[in-house]
Amino acid sequence: MTIQFNDETFRGDYTFKNSQWAIDRFPFPFHEDNYMYSVNMEQHQGGPEGSVYEKRFDVDEHYVSEMKDRAQVLAEDPLRCQSLPHMTLAGWDLLELIMVSKSEDYPDLFELHRDGNHWHWINKPMGIDQRFTFMDETTLPYGPMEYITRQTQGDFAVLDQRDDNLWMDAGMVTTQADWSLDFDIGMNFFEWHAPVPKAHEMGIFVRALKFLLNVQQGSPARRLNWTMTVNPLLDTSPENYHKWGVQKTTLTPENVGQKQHLRVELQTFFRLPRSNALVFPIRCYLIALEDVVSVPKWGRRLHRVIRDLPEELATYKGFIDNRPLIVDYLSKFDDGLATSPGIWPDKDSEPPLQA
Amino acid sequence: MSTFDFPPSILSRPVYGRLEPRAGKSHMMIADAEGAEAILRLAAEDATLMAKSNILYIPGDTGDKYTSQLKALKPKQLYVGPSYEAAVPRLRRTLLDAHMGLQVYLAGTEGLMGQAMLEATTAGIPHSAIQTEHHGSVARRVQCVHCKGITEDVMLDPFQCSHCGLNLFVRDHYSRRLAAFQGVCIDAEDPGNVPASVELYS
Repeated sequence: MTIQFNDETFRGDYTFKNSQWAIDRFPFPFHEDNYMYSVNMEQHQGGPEGSVYEKRFDVDEHYVSEMKDRAQVLAEDPLRCQSLPHMTLAGWDLLELIMVSKSEDYPDLFELHRDGNHWHWINKPMGIDQRFTFMDETTLPYGPMEYITRQTQGDFAVLDQRDDNLWMDAGMVTTQADWSLDFDIGMNFFEWHAPVPKAHEMGIFVRALKFLLNVQQGSPARRLNWTMTVNPLLDTSPENYHKWGVQKTTLTPENVGQKQHLRVELQTFFRLPRSNALVFPIRCYLIALEDVVSVPKWGRRLHRVIRDLPEELATYKGFIDNRPLIVDYLSKFDDGLATSPGIWPDKDSEPPLQA
Repeated sequence: MSTFDFPPSILSRPVYGRLEPRAGKSHMMIADAEGAEAILRLAAEDATLMAKSNILYIPGDTGDKYTSQLKALKPKQLYVGPSYEAAVPRLRRTLLDAHMGLQVYLAGTEGLMGQAMLEATTAGIPHSAIQTEHHGSVARRVQCVHCKGITEDVMLDPFQCSHCGLNLFVRDHYSRRLAAFQGVCIDAEDPGNVPASVELYS
């Protein structure tokens, strides 16, 4: 299908909205009626047609507006994109991976023509037509990582692999769930995850690191993560927390369905060929609670997950104060019926909400 | 006794050990204030160390308390400076000349050790090869995540950013690249509601 790109905002007047198409394909992150950390990795080799898992780098109706939002964040704070000096080669690897993937997966939107190192990139949705020399930084308006991630939805952490660890040595981070690239750049896998409660003791990060160190070229992996955000604000950065934090206090029983959003990260992991770095795209999908509960199974399940989530996790995810309000709202969409296993909406087989 | 046992914390927070004499062609010792005690002990443990040692010492508010004792060790080189910032060009110059076999020892406050470690790692020495021992104040260097300004010698939590004026709480999350802990606005969700400050580890 040809995607109709929305003209919308993720700040100020918040005109962001999901179409029915976007709601139906939303990556709902809960495969059962409760949630606890796990190393929920699977192969990233496609998925059901039309789903966000189908393509290597999913492009959806929010693409053009998300890229405008990113440009605005970077204009205000260039430190959101940084690359330590040894990471330039990984940046070229990433540029190649994205250009090749997008031109193959979305030939109507993106074209890549290569003649040796003379490359020609066409990005139709953003109106970009760029000829450049691969591996020659002087032929692009930005460094290779910044150039291509200004044209690709999701945050990007580019991880160097050495000493049996992964080091966050480059990144483009403007749609983050409250972590700072500027502070975390240069840290290893355990250090940048240090503030996460419970998961260290559960051995999650040791196992996840072991898996990630062994991701091979051509065999990318993926997992989902989630949190909650008031308003469809992409840039929930610590840098701007003193500006957006107060928005959390604007929830009321009347507006919670429109204002409270479930924020899901589709995290993918690709080995890069020349640098042996690992790129870790973190793609953010937002959905208003009123749209979540339009799917009966998701309404039932989200209520149970949020209601029963351990206090520590609700605190870490930043919605402990609003949880009663959220649970109260969601409870109206939980009739107590059993839910089918798995993340899919199952709209044809799950019963509608019982009065 | 000037040492402090830091309670267990998150994995990005530095932990400090006890300096031990190590085999090496030359030895760089950087200390401030009560950190001198660690160097005096090293010298007592290995009488051959000082002839190969370059000591860079910032007495801070300990004044002359340790300087004559350090001089008496007869190190190969001893620099006593008025501030860490003043000592940095000399430290960089020394690291520029460093060869394989240099051992680095850091002792004193977290701010001193963190900044000196940054210089040493920038010069190419792995952080895991550098010994550290905490002495003296538990004050921290804290970066404001909002304005990026660093406030030195933070003893209170929360405290006011010396650059942008926001009220920040002090996290244990630590960046070696910045040699600083992270400070985050404490009243973002309830502007003006700033709890009374308490001393760190009080």
